[in-house]
Amino acid sequence: MNRLISIFLPLSTAVIFLVVWHFLVRLSGSDLFPTPMEVVRGIRELIEKGLLLKYIVASLFRVSWGFMLAVLVGVPLGLILGWFRAAFQALNPMIQILRPISPIAWIPVAILWFGIDDTAPVFLIFLASVFPITVSSMAAVQNMQLVYLRAAQNFGVKGPQLFRRVILPAALPQIITGIRIALGIAWLVVVAAEMIAVNSGLGYLIIDARNAGKRYDLVVAGMVMIGLIGLVLDLLIRQLEKFDEVKWGYGQR
Amino acid sequence: MDNAKSLIHVRDCWKSFPGKKPGEQVHVLERVNLNVDAGEFVCVVGPSGCGKSTLLNIIGGFFKESRGEVRVAGAPVNGPDPRRIFVFQENGVFPWLTVEENIGFGLMSRPAEERKERVTHYINMVGLSGFEKSYPRELSGGMRQRVEIARALAANAEVLYMDEPFGALDFLTRIKMRTDLIRIWQAEKKTLVFVTHDIEEAVQLADRVVVMSKRPATVAEEVVVNLPRPRDLDSPGYLAARDRIFAIMGMDVHGGGTGDPK
Repeated sequence: MNRLISIFLPLSTAVIFLVVWHFLVRLSGSDLFPTPMEVVRGIRELIEKGLLLKYIVASLFRVSWGFMLAVLVGVPLGLILGWFRAAFQALNPMIQILRPISPIAWIPVAILWFGIDDTAPVFLIFLASVFPITVSSMAAVQNMQLVYLRAAQNFGVKGPQLFRRVILPAALPQIITGIRIALGIAWLVVVAAEMIAVNSGLGYLIIDARNAGKRYDLVVAGMVMIGLIGLVLDLLIRQLEKFDEVKWGYGQR
Repeated sequence: MDNAKSLIHVRDCWKSFPGKKPGEQVHVLERVNLNVDAGEFVCVVGPSGCGKSTLLNIIGGFFKESRGEVRVAGAPVNGPDPRRIFVFQENGVFPWLTVEENIGFGLMSRPAEERKERVTHYINMVGLSGFEKSYPRELSGGMRQRVEIARALAANAEVLYMDEPFGALDFLTRIKMRTDLIRIWQAEKKTLVFVTHDIEEAVQLADRVVVMSKRPATVAEEVVVNLPRPRDLDSPGYLAARDRIFAIMGMDVHGGGTGDPK
């Protein structure tokens, strides 16, 4: 019964949304903004031209690289900043200054440095996701329960061993939460980056469809695909929270 | 009791912490003297917030005394030591490790076979067989405390410092844990320093009960509990020891009133 409701509720929300959308477009008499059916036809057109898969792969490729680099840099950096007070004092102000600068503001700089190939969007995605990962890893270490540290020290664990056996596992649940948020931001940013620097990807699709003949059915088709893929990415990254080693960090849900 | 040959030797120990106002010092311990012999089971009781936990943290090496001398096994204490393991009130079992991984935590340098053997031995001793692969979040509070005690024993600690280890447990579990702790202590011949605010618990467990005064705390008196185990909680000897400690702490169990502390 509960299972049925959990399927029925979101499904009926979607149906209501689509119906309202359809009639609003009809009522407004707009010939530019598409109805849901026109968007579906637009998606089919993209599939038939072989563009949809190509663009999705291009966008995912850029996100994967930028995001992976951000994890590789952000997690160790965050652990170090959280543990070593001197590192925190030296670097934290700089990080807090760089962090609020929107990745969009970096676009001109990225083009200047890397040209208009794939490096610029990868760099922008890296920038967008490295800060949430660093800051959450840092906070995870700083908020670690003292009792775990004391217990480990009592057993004579120190140095790199302390990091590997206690600090990292104690911080991992919160690190994963940071990684999850960062992936959402990375996906947000890839689209913005592709609107400017490159000639493939879902962001490019949206800008190109508008510029070349005001194809708003394709614009909205691109938006729908971005949303759906974002949902899938979040579902995938959530699987990390289900490992026995980190489940303790998420309360009873 | 005062002799330098004791395993744990605390002399004229003072401890103060910086207060809220700049330059202000809060005195927690004042001229504490305490000796514990090897193999002894000593309970430290006192009013809550009196500093008994601070004293245990100093002996355990997590805090440094402000003044005085704290020696364990002849050497000054300069930080925690794997031969002497602390059992924490808030439970220091690692939630990311299974029961057997937790108990084997202090044995990483040993060969795998010996490690496995010791882990199995102590899982059985604390009555957790069948839970080897369980994670702490799947266990009750009492079971988690057993894991922590087993972890200390498996690492072959000579001394266990226990800081209100049963404080968060329900009444029946607490009674059971006391019985089991006595059994384990008798089998393992460890030295136990056990801090509690529960006077009855102290008298049920200890060879000797150290009663501390209000803050700034010092040792008000020591009560030797020379009774056979398992202890009869209705025996005159038990009641006499218990009432004596109540009296030292300024409470009259029979009248229920509060008098002057000592």
